[in-house]
Amino acid sequence: MQSILEIENEITEEFELFGDDWESKYQHIIDLGKSLPIINEEYKTEENIIKGCQSRVWVHAQKNGENIEFTADSDAIITKGIIALLIRVLNNQTPKNIVEAQLNFIDKIGLKEHLSPTRANGLVSMIKQLKYYAIALQN
Amino acid sequence: MQALSSTEKNIELNIESIRNEFPILTQKVNGKSLVYLDNGATSQKPKQVIESLVNYYSTYNSNIHRGVHSLSQKATDAYEQARNTIQKYINANNSCEVIFTKGATEGINLVAQSFTQHNLKIGDEVLITAMEHHANIVPWQMVCEKTGAKLVVAPINKNGELIFDELKKLLNKNTKIVSVAHVSNALGTINPIKEIITLAHQCGAKVLVDGCQAVQHMAVDVQDLNCDFYCFSGHKIFGPTGIGVLYGKEVELNNLPPYQGGGDMIKTVTFEKTTYNELPFKFEAGTPPIAEAIGLGAAINYINEIGINAIEKYEHQLLNYATKKISEIENVKIIGEAKNKAAVLSFVVKGIHPYDIGMILDKQGVAVRTGHHCAQPVMDFYEIPGTVRASFAFYNTFAEIDFFIEALKKAIKMLS
Repeated sequence: MQSILEIENEITEEFELFGDDWESKYQHIIDLGKSLPIINEEYKTEENIIKGCQSRVWVHAQKNGENIEFTADSDAIITKGIIALLIRVLNNQTPKNIVEAQLNFIDKIGLKEHLSPTRANGLVSMIKQLKYYAIALQN
Repeated sequence: MQALSSTEKNIELNIESIRNEFPILTQKVNGKSLVYLDNGATSQKPKQVIESLVNYYSTYNSNIHRGVHSLSQKATDAYEQARNTIQKYINANNSCEVIFTKGATEGINLVAQSFTQHNLKIGDEVLITAMEHHANIVPWQMVCEKTGAKLVVAPINKNGELIFDELKKLLNKNTKIVSVAHVSNALGTINPIKEIITLAHQCGAKVLVDGCQAVQHMAVDVQDLNCDFYCFSGHKIFGPTGIGVLYGKEVELNNLPPYQGGGDMIKTVTFEKTTYNELPFKFEAGTPPIAEAIGLGAAINYINEIGINAIEKYEHQLLNYATKKISEIENVKIIGEAKNKAAVLSFVVKGIHPYDIGMILDKQGVAVRTGHHCAQPVMDFYEIPGTVRASFAFYNTFAEIDFFIEALKKAIKMLS
């Protein structure tokens, strides 16, 4: 089982290949967003929704042994692509590690702007929600 | 960018020299030349406005109206001169009818709160339209909740135009005030406000016009319109942020109680009784945004030099050109196809979220707005999460529109 930090580093290395080429980088994120069916339709409910001003995000969490499994979705594809990265990092980790995760890789791969609270795409709230779920499902 | 063809060149405005007066337009964004098409949210500032702020703070910053010293006199003169400039620009009858606010939102809240005190009770009605900005919905909802008055909404059709006959039917003797956008921020629709005002007056209702998306695009004559109140924001008309204007007919403003208490709005104060200052000061409690008012005056002077009619004509050409170009792109649907429109092009692309389009446009240096544009009921009406909105100013060029269209095609290709 890879640690959160190991997965973050892996993603950072993958993104280093794009260099300054914004187009390839965003195409990759878009493809991630398109290729992943990341939430079961039955969980795409009003109560699982995180309303951003611009795009909507759905999150579902469940326990798998000691670890937490996440699924999520968004109606905006770039947001969804970034969610795919976050899920890849946080999925099947322990609640403690999820809560403590710094998620610095987002900054390193040049996507920090998407986590600005003013973007209002639901991602900041989503990360908070992932951590709340981890705490709630701890016991 | 493509060169302008000779037929597209505007003969009346020298866009190149105009652009040189807006320092920000030479900025690079994400390594690309900025194409600024978010003028509906806020406009850029010419150096005349920026210099007026620098000059104020560098040479005569002082508090106004109460000072006996020279700087205070100079600042007071400049502040009141700005008021006169605005009076002339909107053709108000008297400069005391021009109230400085912090923006249109404050202007609407001022009228809603002050008007309500003596004029709204259970059974009364406030009429707005289905295309209003949240700032022209929520203040009225708040006073309706407080007084038991009813908020009535005039519907729009799929083109984004007011259904005039329906509006007519909704007006009645219980209608105390009509509050309507001159131009819709989300759709660009120019409303027939003169007709609305005439009809409303026949029912005895007062009319407030939200002119936020109008004053920078067309000549506004408040006496000709015969509106009771008209408000706009300074930052959308090339002036600074934090300043706006509420025009009100002298008799209407005199009938309203003050909105806020404080310095400058009083004549005499004792603990038993305060008497209020005369117009416009009655509505300008506290130290006002002095520099910003002077900056707004500079912005209006700048527009006057260019000529609002020439601006309107040129922007109309820009909008027509952009509308034609964008209509040629497959799967694009324009939201807001009213016959009379001003400088706003709102659209959706089938199967693609507006946010994604906005992000990929930004990566190419094109600034647009995406989302509900603070007009959620409009988005609900069209059953869409939001739109992409390109909004124009007279410093935009046909070449920029070409660039925007190509950038949009690229975004669609990446996201499809």
